[in-house]
Amino acid sequence: MLKIENLHARVEGKEILKGLSLTVNAGEVHAIMGPNGAGKSTLGNVLSGRDGYEVTAGTVIYNGVDLLALAPEERAAAGVFLAFQYPVEIPGVNNTYFLRAALNAQRKSRGEKELDSMQFLKLVREKLKVMQISDELLHRAVNEGFSGGEKKRNEIFQMAVLEPQLAILDETDSGLDIDALKHVADGVNALRSPDRAFLMITHYQRLLDYVVPDVVHVLAGGRIVETGDKSLALKLEAHGYAGLAERQPARASA
Amino acid sequence: MKDAMTIESSTATTLRDNVDVAEALGRSYAAGFVTDIEMTGLPPGLDEDTVRAISAVKREPEWMTEWRLEAFRHWLTMPKPDWAKLNIDPIDYQAISYYAAPKKQPKSLDDVDPALLETYEKLGIPLHERAALAGVAVDAVFDSVSVGTTFRKQLADAGVLFCSMSEAIREYPEIVRKYLGSVVPTGDNFFAALNSAVFSDGSFVFIPKGVRCPMELSTYFRINAQNTGQFERTLIVAEEGAHVSYLEGCTAPKRDENQLHAAVVELVALEGAKIKYSTVQNWYPGDENGVGGIYNFVTKRGDCRGDDSKICWTQVETGSAITWKYPSVILRGDRSVGEFYSVALTHHFQQADTGTKMIHLGKHTKSKIVSKGISAGKSSNSYRGLVKMEKGADNARNYTQCDSLLIGKQCGAHTFPYMEVKNPTAIVEHEATTSKISDDQMFYCRSRGIAEEDAVSMIVDGFCKQVFRELPMEFAVEAKKLLEVSLEGAVG
Repeated sequence: MLKIENLHARVEGKEILKGLSLTVNAGEVHAIMGPNGAGKSTLGNVLSGRDGYEVTAGTVIYNGVDLLALAPEERAAAGVFLAFQYPVEIPGVNNTYFLRAALNAQRKSRGEKELDSMQFLKLVREKLKVMQISDELLHRAVNEGFSGGEKKRNEIFQMAVLEPQLAILDETDSGLDIDALKHVADGVNALRSPDRAFLMITHYQRLLDYVVPDVVHVLAGGRIVETGDKSLALKLEAHGYAGLAERQPARASA
Repeated sequence: MKDAMTIESSTATTLRDNVDVAEALGRSYAAGFVTDIEMTGLPPGLDEDTVRAISAVKREPEWMTEWRLEAFRHWLTMPKPDWAKLNIDPIDYQAISYYAAPKKQPKSLDDVDPALLETYEKLGIPLHERAALAGVAVDAVFDSVSVGTTFRKQLADAGVLFCSMSEAIREYPEIVRKYLGSVVPTGDNFFAALNSAVFSDGSFVFIPKGVRCPMELSTYFRINAQNTGQFERTLIVAEEGAHVSYLEGCTAPKRDENQLHAAVVELVALEGAKIKYSTVQNWYPGDENGVGGIYNFVTKRGDCRGDDSKICWTQVETGSAITWKYPSVILRGDRSVGEFYSVALTHHFQQADTGTKMIHLGKHTKSKIVSKGISAGKSSNSYRGLVKMEKGADNARNYTQCDSLLIGKQCGAHTFPYMEVKNPTAIVEHEATTSKISDDQMFYCRSRGIAEEDAVSMIVDGFCKQVFRELPMEFAVEAKKLLEVSLEGAVG
């Protein structure tokens, strides 16, 4: 589904990604771990097309197309979703209205029929049940006045409604208490499916207790330096990231 | 006296031919077409004879002619106001025609020229009653005259008078005489004096004691003829306990020349009366280089004359090259309430200096001001407001909120709040914010699949929510669409 080869990217002239390679297949959950400044969030931002991230070398092929050539909204329509580390507030714009506009924009772009309000409401009701989110969140403005936990859950809720093929979760676990973390994890687990892949960017292995990954990668110094299974995350938890940068880059495999 | 002479209306061929290019580059102004219809009118120029000629063509009584002449003489002595934050090219008042009207004057709605009906259809304002928006009565003003008022019978049955100002002067002279100029005196300001001298038409609404107007009333103003100024005059009187909601909309064709629109609107609310006045102003704003557009110099004022009365102004201003407009409320009656909700959007080279005045005279009077300014392109957008608490305004309260939203780096937003408090028990609150549409907000929307321009209109719509909520339903939808169109080309 996703094949990243030798990706180099700069932010404000500084090279952050230095030859990152990664392959993700449909149905898999990959965790990307690593120390601060390793380039974890940069990877998420480059994949979703944020301005200010300059790709200097390498390729990203997503379902056979050059992902880097697409505008952010085109990537979204193609099924790429980024759950933000810091979800953005849009005052005065109703959460449900926003989500419907997003879903219909994507559907339109894919040549599918747009949903009318009744159809959309039905979809939202179904997803709400799965996500254990209160109705009340829907009637508020996008992320405005939400607590940290509410914002993160709202991201997962958006993901549930938009049903992406490739979901990138950028530190979705950060700043969550244990109950909120469980809710978020339940939401993610409910969305796991054979034709959907997840890239979970995280600092701590705590999230991985609840969302068990198929593959764990260690990102350090702008490259994947080690790849393994769930046990790698536990090893990191025990020994820390120290000394990782000197290791040999792992083969791009999954 | 000058004779009314026939002038040829212009045709679409006289328009700039690069309209298509302009549309591709920036905003598209859907109301920018010209109606080809035979017109009669006065040649350009302004003197006492012009004033007399307008009065004569409208078959006005002597007192009205004298009223106009007095205003004209006053106007001659007045300096042009220059305190607003606006750059206005000098206006040649002798180059303007002060009266233009379709040649065929209809006797009833069935009699209206099909070309005119089509014009209003195109603008989305059907004048046929059966096709009209449910529950909204419309008065359509084309250049200087009213071409038709719908639902007159139903309104008359309820005791509501709704007709053109010209008719009102002839049919209800005692009411007009009692209230005209009682809120905005003829010598109030330069443009109000000019309007008083040469006003052509406008709407007249009278809601008698205890009557709640059974439907929304609306006036649709259209400037069509070239080199013509539109000087509308509207008077709304709500007697004791009466309620009315009134809407106005405005459009004009695209032309290279600036055209003058100097209106006066007076509202009178007696004891316990409520008047809600909503405007969606979409005069031609000029092109992306700042060529052409309407000069919109308007005096709007309401007088809460009775105790417990309420006047609410809601405006959405997206059009005009220059807007100079401060819908105000005089809170004379005890416990009277004044509200002002405004969205003003400027793009390209548009300039707006707009706001309100809340003059608190009575005890326990309350006012609320919510102003949302949106600037894009190279435009300039100013809020100017006065809150005055006079000596007798015991326990009066005001709350003002002014928010500005900037799109791009070359536009300007300014806030000029003035406060005069002469009563120690009065409370005045003012909050102001300036923000930009952030890159983060844009990326957030786009990463969810929403294209750039849609994201901007969505964010702007959210910013204006507080004001749109105050608009009648169908106007809120129109206002939202209008903002979207007005912001085309504002990003990227």
